[in-house]
Amino acid sequence: MSTLLRTPLYDWHVQHKARMVPFSGWEMPVQYTSILEEHKAVRTFCGVFDISHMGRLVLEGEDAPILLQRLFTNDVNTMKLGQVRYGLLCHEQGGILDDVLVYRLPQFWLMVVNASNRLKILQWIERWKAGYRVTVHDRTFDWAMIAVQGPRAIETHPIAPKLKYYFAELADIPDRPGSQIISRTGYTGEDGYEWILPADQIEQAVFFLTEKQTAWRFGFPVLNCGLGSRDTLRLEAAMPLYGHELNEQIDPIQAGLGWAVKLDKGDFIGRAAIAAKKADPSLPKRVGLELEGKRAARESATVLAGEQIIGQVTSGSYAPTLEKSIAMAYLSPNHAQLGNSVDVDIRGTRTPAKVVKLPFYQRAK
Amino acid sequence: MADLSALRYAKTHEWSLLDGDVVTVGITQYAVDQLTDVTHLQLPKVGKSVTAAEPCGEIESVKAVFDLYAPVTGTIVEVNPTVEKDPSIINADPYGKGWMFKICLAEGANLDHLMNLEAYQQQIASEGH
Repeated sequence: MSTLLRTPLYDWHVQHKARMVPFSGWEMPVQYTSILEEHKAVRTFCGVFDISHMGRLVLEGEDAPILLQRLFTNDVNTMKLGQVRYGLLCHEQGGILDDVLVYRLPQFWLMVVNASNRLKILQWIERWKAGYRVTVHDRTFDWAMIAVQGPRAIETHPIAPKLKYYFAELADIPDRPGSQIISRTGYTGEDGYEWILPADQIEQAVFFLTEKQTAWRFGFPVLNCGLGSRDTLRLEAAMPLYGHELNEQIDPIQAGLGWAVKLDKGDFIGRAAIAAKKADPSLPKRVGLELEGKRAARESATVLAGEQIIGQVTSGSYAPTLEKSIAMAYLSPNHAQLGNSVDVDIRGTRTPAKVVKLPFYQRAK
Repeated sequence: MADLSALRYAKTHEWSLLDGDVVTVGITQYAVDQLTDVTHLQLPKVGKSVTAAEPCGEIESVKAVFDLYAPVTGTIVEVNPTVEKDPSIINADPYGKGWMFKICLAEGANLDHLMNLEAYQQQIASEGH
């Protein structure tokens, strides 16, 4: 346990009786009171998640966009100032090294990477940055980050309502110019924002948002939420999770992330391989499954058509909003059509399931 | 709140309450805390023979699934239909309305292998950290 990293909100979590678990090398809250309650809070009002474990890498220098254009599958050249874009970093064979958000901010570019991949991506950038006028700073430890998510979330920050979807603002806090970044982004399928602050400012921000005596200042409750509900929320929204739906053997097209790959933007690492894979119809595809009953299909459960193994579950859970058992899986393409009936082996019991459209849950616009 | 000192405990976190030769079984608050929200239960059918320390069902939460173990040897004589329909009762009241099933002790079976409250509390303290 002693080797686990702690976020600047660690004491906050413990004081608020969160159950702490190891996650990607960090000691993180899985829940405070109840995963179901926290999930529901985000679907109805607002919840706050500590996501300080995610890597925050700053790229500075005039060649930063050129280097990013080489590493990132999406197009940074068409990004407006303040815009945020989702995309992948792939290796030369097209496999996914990480899924990231790139922010174009005044003076610098920010890349938010998965906690589990932070060191790998730092090394990857280091490997490719030779010859570019770029400096890279890992700001993971001196900045903290929270996600404030839910249909009412943007009402809790003065800047959030002014931001368009997937736009960010670099703002001042007293005596510290340019030290907060707020973006209209998230990983729950709800509206909301993600907020980066200096590590020593974050507890005050969470206190302001959630503390009981002040919660109703917004006219609705704001709940502390853990990674348990973050996982069920992102699963309902069919957002992939690195290490589950994404890994170095999976390419973005199979993963259903072709929309975040701009093959015509010019060359980038993995482009030729991804283009070739795009033309290969035999690769397994990411699909959604809706299962009969309430038992959850967990990661690695086998998917069958008759006696034939046709794929594997990558994430599965009871879906609190839908009140159904849902899963994401990779299936061979001839079994991946919508409406197709399959079986999932849940600990030795065959459970009927149907291939359904993703996302499982979509908020009302 | 049930009298916790009247219960006997299995190391797999089921509690047992003996009344005559019928044992009522549920899971402990500690188990509930570890599980998080219970979403699904698979309980043994009435009439099924169960053996102490062997799996007889499963309990599933948002995060994980665990086997339920029969704390004693005997025959299932009743299952709680309310928790099967609404497993969240187990989170809300694990020692009361959240009981799961009743076992009629087999000939010669007893609860002697189970722990008292003090021994169980020592076990969870050592499991804790």
